[in-house]
Amino acid sequence: MTVFIIRRLLQSAVVVLVMSLLVFTGVNIVGDPVDMLINPEAEPAEIEQIKKNLGLDRPLHEQYGYFLANAAQGDLGKSFKFGEPALKLILQRMPATLELAVAALLLAIVFGIPLGVYAGLRPESPVSKTIMAGSILGFSLPTFWVGIMMIMIVAVMLGWLPSTGRGDTVPLFGIELSFLTLDGLRHLILPAINLALFKLSLVIRLSRAGTREAIHQDYVKFARAKGLKEGRVVLVHVLKNILIPVVTVLGLEFGGLIAFSVVTETVFAWPGMGKLIIDSIRELDRPVVVAYLMIVVLMFVVINLVVDIIYSLLDPRVRLQDVKS
Amino acid sequence: MKFWKPIIGAVLTAALAAPALADEETLTIGLNAEPSAIDPHYHNLSPNNAMAEHYFGTLVRQDEKQRLIPGLAESWKPIDDTTFEFKLRKGVKFHDGSEFNADDVMFTMKRAPEVPNSPSSFALYVKGKEFTKVDDYTIHVKTERPHPLMAADLSNIYIISSEVGEGVTTADFNSGKAAIGTGPFKFVEWVPGDRLVIERNEDYWGEKPEWKKVIFKPITSSPARVAALLAGDVDFIDNVPPVDIPQLKKNADVTLSQGISNRVIYLHLDQFREDSPFVKAKGGGKIKNPLLDVRVRKALSIAINRDAIVARVMEGVAIPAGQLLPEGFFGVSPNLKPPAYDPEGAKKLLAEAGYPNGFEITLHGPNDRYINDAKIAEAVAQMLTRIGVKTTVETMTKAVYFSRASSGGADKQPEFSFILVGWGSGTGEASSPLKSLLHTYDKEGGFGASNRGRHSDAMVDKLIEDALATVDDAKREKLLQQATERAIGELQGIIPTHYQVNTWAGRKGLSYIARTDEATLAMGVFKE
Repeated sequence: MTVFIIRRLLQSAVVVLVMSLLVFTGVNIVGDPVDMLINPEAEPAEIEQIKKNLGLDRPLHEQYGYFLANAAQGDLGKSFKFGEPALKLILQRMPATLELAVAALLLAIVFGIPLGVYAGLRPESPVSKTIMAGSILGFSLPTFWVGIMMIMIVAVMLGWLPSTGRGDTVPLFGIELSFLTLDGLRHLILPAINLALFKLSLVIRLSRAGTREAIHQDYVKFARAKGLKEGRVVLVHVLKNILIPVVTVLGLEFGGLIAFSVVTETVFAWPGMGKLIIDSIRELDRPVVVAYLMIVVLMFVVINLVVDIIYSLLDPRVRLQDVKS
Repeated sequence: MKFWKPIIGAVLTAALAAPALADEETLTIGLNAEPSAIDPHYHNLSPNNAMAEHYFGTLVRQDEKQRLIPGLAESWKPIDDTTFEFKLRKGVKFHDGSEFNADDVMFTMKRAPEVPNSPSSFALYVKGKEFTKVDDYTIHVKTERPHPLMAADLSNIYIISSEVGEGVTTADFNSGKAAIGTGPFKFVEWVPGDRLVIERNEDYWGEKPEWKKVIFKPITSSPARVAALLAGDVDFIDNVPPVDIPQLKKNADVTLSQGISNRVIYLHLDQFREDSPFVKAKGGGKIKNPLLDVRVRKALSIAINRDAIVARVMEGVAIPAGQLLPEGFFGVSPNLKPPAYDPEGAKKLLAEAGYPNGFEITLHGPNDRYINDAKIAEAVAQMLTRIGVKTTVETMTKAVYFSRASSGGADKQPEFSFILVGWGSGTGEASSPLKSLLHTYDKEGGFGASNRGRHSDAMVDKLIEDALATVDDAKREKLLQQATERAIGELQGIIPTHYQVNTWAGRKGLSYIARTDEATLAMGVFKE
């Protein structure tokens, strides 16, 4: 296992390096950030000066070398717009995004697995058909539209929940969290559901397919033949075996939840990383975009590794030495 | 799974309980854009300046029509051709209780132009000015040449307290430590991306605002901003998208406030290249750039049905334009009206210029910068195609568009032949757009920074330069009018289409004193 992890870490370093080159080049050939930042009344000489201050007058490879040298020391550059370290800006907003992503993931698991298993056990019942039809909607309706509809119905017409922003927060171990306050929880519900819908549908479909397959397996038949209660058959024998694909997909999807909850965060004005990245892209705040993508790459690398390890714990047939990715 | 039930139940009950009654003295505003810092000298851009206006003060203020009115300076006057005297207001206190005087002004003017990492510096307003403290309440400002825009320049510099000390950083302001001003509100806290909170300054020297506490929330998505207002999560929003205006008008729970802006939307035409990259003869062959001919530029102008653009594309929320600023602004010519729509006349002019069959051209524009920008470009293209100038439209995001429009071509020249742009006059007078858009491009002299069509006329240049060196207001206004009449009336250096009208919306009974500079100020929100 140690050899496996070391090999994976080395591979990851290469991936990160290649990504940094791609990201840095890609971001730096589009547009001119000074046009976004500068007051239109500014004179041409000042525009030149600011380009110089930001290092944009240098050739690209020089800028990249400078970036790498600093990145090696943990400095991913300063935001053009805010003048603060990009990493700090991103980390500042990370708790909000993590909170939203975890809430969405929990919703997806807590509702998705039972619904999926039910639909798998009784595929012909009208309830199951409704669940499956609902999951198709969850897949196909665009997040943006669903978010706006939820706001219109729940917040505007019914007035039950707030439509925008993050609620009151309380510090826990130095991190501002909102799910511990009532106001925070009220603000969290709609965006979490919005973000969870797609994953929920995914979990339902995976669990259903897994269940359908598992109940015809010999070990389930054997468990039944032994006279085990239905509850035990489902919860222990079926559930445990359908978890492998669910864990794989959710692991990867969790990275996606964190990195690309852009749409939900924009619709609900949720002050997380997704909103920061979309604003930064719009305003060509290159250091923030690059730093963000680097963090995302790192995160996916780590998540993949963790998923592989969890695999080996869930399924004794998997030996980490055998996984060559 | 049973143990979940009571928890879910409790959460739902709590969540569905009615929200706490809104506090009468608290105002929550949903904003389209967020400032990048609290430091008033860090980033010279409208969202920052609008926010600084709440907790800082300027020597000279701009009222809602951008007319200059006394602020921390009670009066100012030129004492000779190159010196202005500012008399400071006495008895004004900073939020920390310290007295405001000339030392604070001197300190501010020294710091404002040299903030590190500033992405758009305030040096623009301070450089070339020599400040002298005469006594505690008198300041003299000297320039090398006569500088009529002195007061307008200083209306952009927010005065900070000298008590915060040398070497104060942008971070000190953002944390609130140094955010000590003389404004009608005190700064409380800023959580980037989430909220900015201010509270009333009970010792403010001027008219006290109606609200004890104001919370600004950045909600960049327009539909979400409107929904937040309708849901009652915010009391007031800015930048209401035109498509929502008819619905909101019918809604009895919403009050709309509208006002004309200092922003003109115009078309710039390539007037410096014989061979313009996006102009072709009918059928795609090469031709000499027809836009060099003033008759062609005039033909394009009268081929545009401005009333139709306002009525159809802008849902009636805009005003047809014939020059750089709407009526009422300093330097606006009374003789220039929006040209009447005349497609037949346009065809005749084209024929006279030697293009009886027209030509082909591409109109480039942004699609996320101005209200309905892409739709306007499409409407203009259809109108021009009708007179035989076959126009195709290409729009792109502003992040890509502006750099290509300014310097995307060979030798850092403007890339496009025909573009749609907008310009808001920061000083509230015609000298701002004249200087940037119609004066010959001159990097060293600081002229024509946004002259992307490279329009150039010696007489216009002379009139603009004279105006910028004439301290006498009446004479200067005359010069600006002449410059506008020559540059647009005679030469059609640009083709103005319309002035933007901005819309704010509040819950019932909240009205706003609309500002021409498009800023959203809590001081301007009133209960009826």
